[in-house]
Amino acid sequence: MKGFKRQKDQGASQHAESHKEQAELEKKDALPADDELSGKSKTVSRRELLKLAGVGGLGLLLGGGGVGAVLSAGQRLESMMTEADTLDMVPFYGKHQAGIVTPAQDFICFAAFDLTTSDKAQVRSLFKAWTEASATMTSGTLIGTDNENLNLPPSDTGEAAGLSPSRTTITFGVGPSFFDGRYGLAGLKPAGFRELPRFQGDALDEQWCGGDIGVQVCANDLQVAFHALRNLARIARGTAVLRWTQEGFQRTAQADPAGSTPRNLLGFKDGTGNPDTSKADEMKRLVWTQASDGPAWMGNGSYMAVRRVRMRIEVWDRSTLGDQEDTFGRHRSSGAPLGKAKEFDKLDLAATSPEGKSVTPPTSHVALAHGDGSMNILRRSYSYSSGLDKQTGQLDAGLLFISYQRDLFKQFVHIQEKLARNDKLNEYIVHKGSAVFACFPGVSQGGYIGDTLF
Amino acid sequence: MKLRYAVPAGVLVSSILFAGCGQTGTATQQPAAATKDAGAATQTTTPAASAPNFDQAVAAYRTYATQQCDTFVKKTEEFTNAVKAGDLDKAKALYAPARMYYERIEPIAEALGDLDPNIDARDGDVDAADWRGFHRIEKTLWEENSTKGLDEFADRLLSDAKLLRAKVETVNIDASLMVTGAVELLNEVSTSKVTGEEERYSHTDLYDFAANVEGAQKIYDILKTDLNQKDAALEKQIGERFAALQQELAPFKEGEGYVSYTKLKPEEIKKLSQNLDALAEPLSQMGKLLGV
Repeated sequence: MKGFKRQKDQGASQHAESHKEQAELEKKDALPADDELSGKSKTVSRRELLKLAGVGGLGLLLGGGGVGAVLSAGQRLESMMTEADTLDMVPFYGKHQAGIVTPAQDFICFAAFDLTTSDKAQVRSLFKAWTEASATMTSGTLIGTDNENLNLPPSDTGEAAGLSPSRTTITFGVGPSFFDGRYGLAGLKPAGFRELPRFQGDALDEQWCGGDIGVQVCANDLQVAFHALRNLARIARGTAVLRWTQEGFQRTAQADPAGSTPRNLLGFKDGTGNPDTSKADEMKRLVWTQASDGPAWMGNGSYMAVRRVRMRIEVWDRSTLGDQEDTFGRHRSSGAPLGKAKEFDKLDLAATSPEGKSVTPPTSHVALAHGDGSMNILRRSYSYSSGLDKQTGQLDAGLLFISYQRDLFKQFVHIQEKLARNDKLNEYIVHKGSAVFACFPGVSQGGYIGDTLF
Repeated sequence: MKLRYAVPAGVLVSSILFAGCGQTGTATQQPAAATKDAGAATQTTTPAASAPNFDQAVAAYRTYATQQCDTFVKKTEEFTNAVKAGDLDKAKALYAPARMYYERIEPIAEALGDLDPNIDARDGDVDAADWRGFHRIEKTLWEENSTKGLDEFADRLLSDAKLLRAKVETVNIDASLMVTGAVELLNEVSTSKVTGEEERYSHTDLYDFAANVEGAQKIYDILKTDLNQKDAALEKQIGERFAALQQELAPFKEGEGYVSYTKLKPEEIKKLSQNLDALAEPLSQMGKLLGV
C-alpha cells in the first residue's frame, strides 16, 4: 500500500488537465505575439525562455491579462536578467577550478561520495557527465533535453529553474582512497597524499570522515546550491553514493553590504589573516600546486582539507568576554588584535603589558595559527547548524572548516598540530569530521574534471 | 479521486457479495471509470504522431498479472482458511508468501482505486474504522499471537482478492501504466519496504521487497526488446542493475523465503537502498519507449 497513491493520481490528472487548459489558453491568447516569441527564441537561452514561460504562466493565472503586456514585461525582465546573470555567474571552465580563490559565496553544500563501481571507464563517464552538468548548472541553465516531456522524469530536478546562477561554483577533488587498487591509479597518487594524522584531541566520527570524491558547491542561494549537489548525486546513482554531506552558511550580502570579515558562531571575525586572493604570486606560493611539485596531473590544482568542527556552544555562551577574547587573541567587537583598535592592525605577538605579561596569550588561537607568519593557508570555512545532538539536547553547530593549500602537510598539518596541542580554543571546540581531497586543475572547454589524471 | 472511486468500488463490493461469485458482472461493469482516467492520461501524455504499438507487450503483461492474481487468490484462501481455523503457526507461515503475488502486480491493484487500501493498507493509512486487509490480520497474528476476532477480516480479504482477480481481466493496461508501474514498484520498496515500515509486526519486509523487484523486472523483460531498439545503452544498464540488486538481495534468502528484516544490519539496509536507487533511476527513463 502506498499511502498517498490516490492523492498522487489526483494530482497527476489535475496536472495533466491544467496542462491541457494552459496549452489551449496559450494557443488562444498567444497567437498575436507568436512571431515575436519565435523570433526571440533563436537568441535566448533555455533558461530565459523558461523565465518567459513563467511570466506568461503568471499572467494567465492572474486572469489572462494582455499577453502583449506580459510578453514585453517578460522581455524587459529577460534583458535585465541577462545582464545580471553575467555578473552573477562564475565561469566553470578555466585554468584553476572555481570555488577556491573565488570570494566565498553565502552558502555551501558539501558532499563526500564513495564510488561503488570497480570500472575505471565508469568513473571517467561519471566525471564527464558531472562536468557537463556542472557547466550547465553554474550558468543557471536546466540540465538535459528532457524537461518538457510528459512521459519522462525531467532531466533537471527543477528547483532552481528561473533562479539566477547565484555565483555557483562546483569544485571537485579525490580522496586518498581513490588511489587504492580499484582503478589502477595507485601509481599516480601524489607522494605523501593520505588522510590527515590523528591530531591531539580529535574525536572523529566515521560518519563525517573520508570519501573517494569531495564536492564543494558554493552559491549565494542555498536552494541553488542544493539543487546542484542533488543533481550531481542523481547523476552518480549506480556509480557513486553519498557518504556524508554538510550544508553551511555565512552572513549574506543583504545582511552585510560592506562585505566585512564574516563572524563564526562564537561571535568572532574569522578569516582576517587570510592571504590576499587577488595576489597571483601569493596564490601560486600558497594555494596552487605546481607541476614541479608532482605529480604532473596536479599542476594548477590544490589540496583541500575539510574538518567538521563542532563548537561547544553552551559552554562558550557562559564564558566571560575576557576569556573569550583571550581565547581568540582578538577583540570580539572590532576583530582587532588584543591591545589594538582596528581589525587589520598588525598583530604584535611580542607586545607585553606593564606587568610583563603577553598582551596576546601565546596559547590564543591567533598567536598559534599565525606562528612566525611564514606558513599560511587559504581558509574558506562556513558555519553549520545541524539541529540537536540527540543524546545531550545541545546544539550540533560549529564550523565546516575548509582550507586550500599547495602542500597539505607543510601547511595545514604543520599549523593544525600546533593548534591541536595548545590552542585555548580547544576547550570550546571538538573536531568530529576530517577529509582531504586532491582538487584537480581547472577544466578547459571540451575537457572534463580529472582529465589530466585519466 | 477518493470520492470518485468510493462509489463504484462500494457498488462493486456489494454486487459481488450479493451475486456470490459475480465475476462476469463486475468485469463488464467496472472498467468505465478506469478507462476514462487512462484515456485522459493518454491524450495528454502520448503525442498522437507515431505511437509505437504495444499490444503484444500489454497482452503479455495482462497474462502475467492474471496468473499472479490466480495464485494470489489461491494462496490468500489458504492463508485465510488457516486464520479462520485458528491455526496460528500455519497462518503466520502463509502470510508473507501469499502477499508476494500481490506485491508483484501492485500497479494493477493501485489502478483499481479502493482495492489497494482494502487489501494492503497499513495502520494509519485509512480511518481506523475502515482498516482491513493483510496488515490488519498481521497485527493480531504477531502482536497478540492470536487468530481471535479475525474471521470477518479473513472473509473480506478473500473477497477483495477475488474482486481483484475479476477486475484484472479488463483493467485498462497500456504501455504508460507498465512503464510507470515498474518505477512505482521500486518506489514502494524505497519508501516503505527498505525502511521496515510495511511489515512492522511480522518483519517480513524482504518478501515484499523481492516481490516488488520481481514485478518490476517482469515489466522490463517484456519491454526489453523494444527498449533495446530505442536505447540499447539504457536497456543494458537497467539489466545490469537488476542483476546487481538481485545479487545484493541473495544473501538474505532463507529456504523458500527471506530472513526477518530485524536481522539486517544498518549498513546492509543502506546498501540495498542504494542499489535500489541505482536501478530505479535508469528504470524511470523507460518512458523513452513511448515514442519520444
